[in-house]
Amino acid sequence: MLSKRVIACLDVRDGHLAKSVKFVDTRNIGDPVAKAREYYLDGLDELVFYDITASSERRKIILDVVAAVAEQVFIPLSVGGGVASVDDATDLRLAGAEKINVNSAAVRRPALIAECADAIGSQNIVLAMDIRRSPAADLPSGYEIVVDGGRTPTGKDALAWALEGERLGAGELVVNAIDADGTRAGYELTLTRMLSEAVRIPVIASGGAGEPAHLYDVLTKGKADAALVASMVHFGDYTVSGLKRYLHQRGVKVRMSW
Amino acid sequence: MIVIVDYDAGNLASVQRACAEVGLSAEISDDAKRIRSAERIVFPGVGAAGAAMRSLQKSGIDAALVDAYRAGTPILGICLGLQICLAHSEENDTKTLGIVAGTVRRFALADATLKVPHMGWNAVRVVRPHPVFEGIEDGDEFYFVHAYRPVPEARQDVLAESVYEGPFCSALARGSLVATQFHPEKSGRVGLRLLERFGRWDGRGADA
Repeated sequence: MLSKRVIACLDVRDGHLAKSVKFVDTRNIGDPVAKAREYYLDGLDELVFYDITASSERRKIILDVVAAVAEQVFIPLSVGGGVASVDDATDLRLAGAEKINVNSAAVRRPALIAECADAIGSQNIVLAMDIRRSPAADLPSGYEIVVDGGRTPTGKDALAWALEGERLGAGELVVNAIDADGTRAGYELTLTRMLSEAVRIPVIASGGAGEPAHLYDVLTKGKADAALVASMVHFGDYTVSGLKRYLHQRGVKVRMSW
Repeated sequence: MIVIVDYDAGNLASVQRACAEVGLSAEISDDAKRIRSAERIVFPGVGAAGAAMRSLQKSGIDAALVDAYRAGTPILGICLGLQICLAHSEENDTKTLGIVAGTVRRFALADATLKVPHMGWNAVRVVRPHPVFEGIEDGDEFYFVHAYRPVPEARQDVLAESVYEGPFCSALARGSLVATQFHPEKSGRVGLRLLERFGRWDGRGADA
């Protein structure tokens, strides 16, 4: 059967690795290519880059980073940040990305998901969703989609958007809980489980990982197919192989030879 | 020199980069003549069987691959490349190359908790020896992305199995063809080692 995946997320700003706390206050913490290679050699299952400074004039920087990483890292490579068209997706694919993440632009124009799925295959389109608990009582799921790196609320219900994304051809979902992002207090289990049970595409849990037990919880109780980590490994508190050993010892099926 | 078959079916550069990582030089070509006379062929591919077959027929690569196989050229099929080596695919009800007898079927996925497609890392159990699969141990995992699975007719063509909704053939081999449903180029070091062994294999001595 499929193993649960441990995915490392590298937020890249101007070609450097950055880590945000609740999506603001980004700190520069090193060379993304070297980090990517280090994690790959340590048993990482998949790598995600988010270009957090994505804009047209800076586009080339992330393409260069992706190309450099693709030469050294032989696991699936997923990239997002500012993807707004099939051309953006195609450029990233040509640079060496396997999967393309769409986020804010897909919220504004959902057809983007279908267009990208047609052009590069459903299995390569990841719908990344930034989600927060809604203060308003009128959203059925209680969770709301936010865009622009967490700054702009949309009034869109998270569960409805996940289902629409799947219907439009997304091959996978990233459930990024803004409330938990950077807190190291654990993933949003209720939200992750609700979405994972509602769709038939894999769900990647994101936001809040601070200790190994958090990964265990979200991959079991949270029903996620993959757990995304960032600060935990970037600052050297934990290693990818250490996290996987922990999960393996607790009975979660993870890839243990590489 | 390895020739990677280019027929508008996916990200060929990733295969080329993985070959380079293990010291194998590989060129990407859509020229049937070049493919027919290649020393070694990697036949990758992602996408739908119907469109892929049309593209192969239009360029004459379909016949070149069959000729190369008959001449004993080592061929490594990957993912859709494997599926096209069988005789028929349920996907778009497509007649395919028929190098190996058998069909390609969609996962039934009656169990609603199984996700579609089969995507991620899964263990591969090698069921008979093969030079390209030497050193792969039970439990070694490879990266898969597919909704259809190969069903070879002859048991001896099955080289490895994996389990999703049930056991399925995840690699097959016949003569100078060896083919994987998984992506060695995305499967970390176990995948790279497989490519490396393919780069040294003379295409012989592999049948059950």
